[in-house]
Amino acid sequence: MLKQTEGSKAVAEAIALCRPEVICAYPISPQTHIVEALGEIVKSGELTPCEFINVESEFAAMSVAIGASAAGARAYTATASQGLLFMAEAVYNASGLGLPIVMTVANRAIGAPINIWNDHSDSLSQRDSGWMQLFAETNQEAVDLHIQAFRLAEELSMPIMVCMDGFILTHAFERVDIPSQAQVDAYLPPFEPRQVLDPAEPVSIGAMVGPEAFMEVRYLAHAKQMQAIERIPQLASEFREIFGRDSGGLIRTYCTEDADTIIIAMGSVLGTIKDTVDEMRAQGHKIGVLGIISYRPFPLEQVKAALLNCRRFVVLEKSLAVGMGGIVATDVRMAVTGTGLKGFTAIAGLGGRPITKASLHKLFREAKAETLPPVTFLDLDWDAVNKQLAREKQTRRSGPVAENILHDKGIVSAKFG
Amino acid sequence: MFQIRVHGRGGQGVVTATEMLSVAAFEEGRHAQAFPSFGSERTGAPVVAFCRISDKEIRLREPIMEPDAIIIQDPTLLHQIDVFAGLKPDGYVLLNSHHSIEALGLAELVQGRRAERFCTLPATELGLKHVGRPIPNVPLLAGFAALSGTIRLESVVLAINERFTGKIADGNIAAATEAYLLVKQMMEGAHAKAN
Repeated sequence: MLKQTEGSKAVAEAIALCRPEVICAYPISPQTHIVEALGEIVKSGELTPCEFINVESEFAAMSVAIGASAAGARAYTATASQGLLFMAEAVYNASGLGLPIVMTVANRAIGAPINIWNDHSDSLSQRDSGWMQLFAETNQEAVDLHIQAFRLAEELSMPIMVCMDGFILTHAFERVDIPSQAQVDAYLPPFEPRQVLDPAEPVSIGAMVGPEAFMEVRYLAHAKQMQAIERIPQLASEFREIFGRDSGGLIRTYCTEDADTIIIAMGSVLGTIKDTVDEMRAQGHKIGVLGIISYRPFPLEQVKAALLNCRRFVVLEKSLAVGMGGIVATDVRMAVTGTGLKGFTAIAGLGGRPITKASLHKLFREAKAETLPPVTFLDLDWDAVNKQLAREKQTRRSGPVAENILHDKGIVSAKFG
Repeated sequence: MFQIRVHGRGGQGVVTATEMLSVAAFEEGRHAQAFPSFGSERTGAPVVAFCRISDKEIRLREPIMEPDAIIIQDPTLLHQIDVFAGLKPDGYVLLNSHHSIEALGLAELVQGRRAERFCTLPATELGLKHVGRPIPNVPLLAGFAALSGTIRLESVVLAINERFTGKIADGNIAAATEAYLLVKQMMEGAHAKAN
């Protein structure tokens, strides 16, 4: 049913339609509204059988999800930011054990400095954890990706994070078509676990594995993600047949056919980028967009094919590999190895800094002119940076960086309005 | 695309106002996107929330920096932040106050702009009268419907019924209806004066 609703609420309804049997979560902004709404749905009796387990931490949330999944239950949790870091050890265990848990990550920056706003640092910090990561562009896609995620996770017996931009999507009211139970049931069969802890047929899960077998187990995790590269487009196409819309897939292109410049990004910023591209197209610029939906597995071949006819690309990412540059950009550059394409990296929107059309226009024009440095920090306040650098040069005890920058900018505390 | 920015303080229902506005627009078959300025909600702290209304899908995710309309739920904000920043030259302003625009010292702001698009409304009083709480958001939404014609009063009522039930819904509908009529009257008065 088409309705005007909050992203978090829409996702909660979609999760309920997927009939999870165990939901465990610890609240953290900006994920809170999702699990609150699920708590209400479970309490109302609309979703049975399902147990909502309040846990004492994110580490417990993932541990409970692991136990539930190993016992053969469809398990779901959600988190963000420090919460994801706090559960990191269990995150690796979930994938290492091959348990098909689905987790929403309401993407948020990682502290210090503490910051509750959106960027992609949290889920990207778990890049190599063995979890698949799918990024939603809109709340509709967030809903649809969760439904696809349960199907894919359970087919491969591997866990998936569905990533949606914190606040920008989770707290936005927009129109979302919530599928019917019959549609979801037609798409998502009951969970048939590959391994299950059953007192009637006892097995152990989680054996110690020495050098003689560890690499094989690890390789198989990689092989599963390579299978996902094949399955993700097929599952998106089956989704289209039942639900009547395009959602998911590995990548999505926009105006790329004749583009000499292509902008690459993940998540909700693609909308603002597309609007900017439309305006630049109207002025005669041949520019297009490549959205990456599946960050893990990373679709190297598909990215390369989408970029092959352009001359240059910009990876605009809400993440930073400190001491190196871009995180997503590294993967994209790997994809285009040997093509001679010119690539630029733009780090943008860290800690929730708005990414505006005005700034994108300037950035894209500089990219077209190839006057950009290899790595750009969009809308960075160089005065504030240089002032702090000068202070550090002048004084040994220059004090805490974050507090100094806030003081220089005349901000008493983080602005809330 | 029509873009609205709502200023107020934590506890005044600023975020709720934009969400309800988006629901009202949706009820009219339009695309709408409402979002808060993303922060920890603290009672009394300045809060900003946004709403876009369009006949096409809304893809833009930047904050609204050049609004077509500004709704100010708390007049004390006038001394604290630049609530009018970026207002379009032909933009609308609706302010919660029982004083007139002139009495609030805003005559200068109106100069060179379309004065009939500036309006005050005693929304806190309307909230107290009909709902028993000093929450100005719903009366201001209805006042905005009257002032701008962007949405209909009936759609505001639909949004109220989606959000509230029972006495609270009835009170809010009464407050909205009175607010709508008050703004319409003031607009007719301003129109008569201009003639």
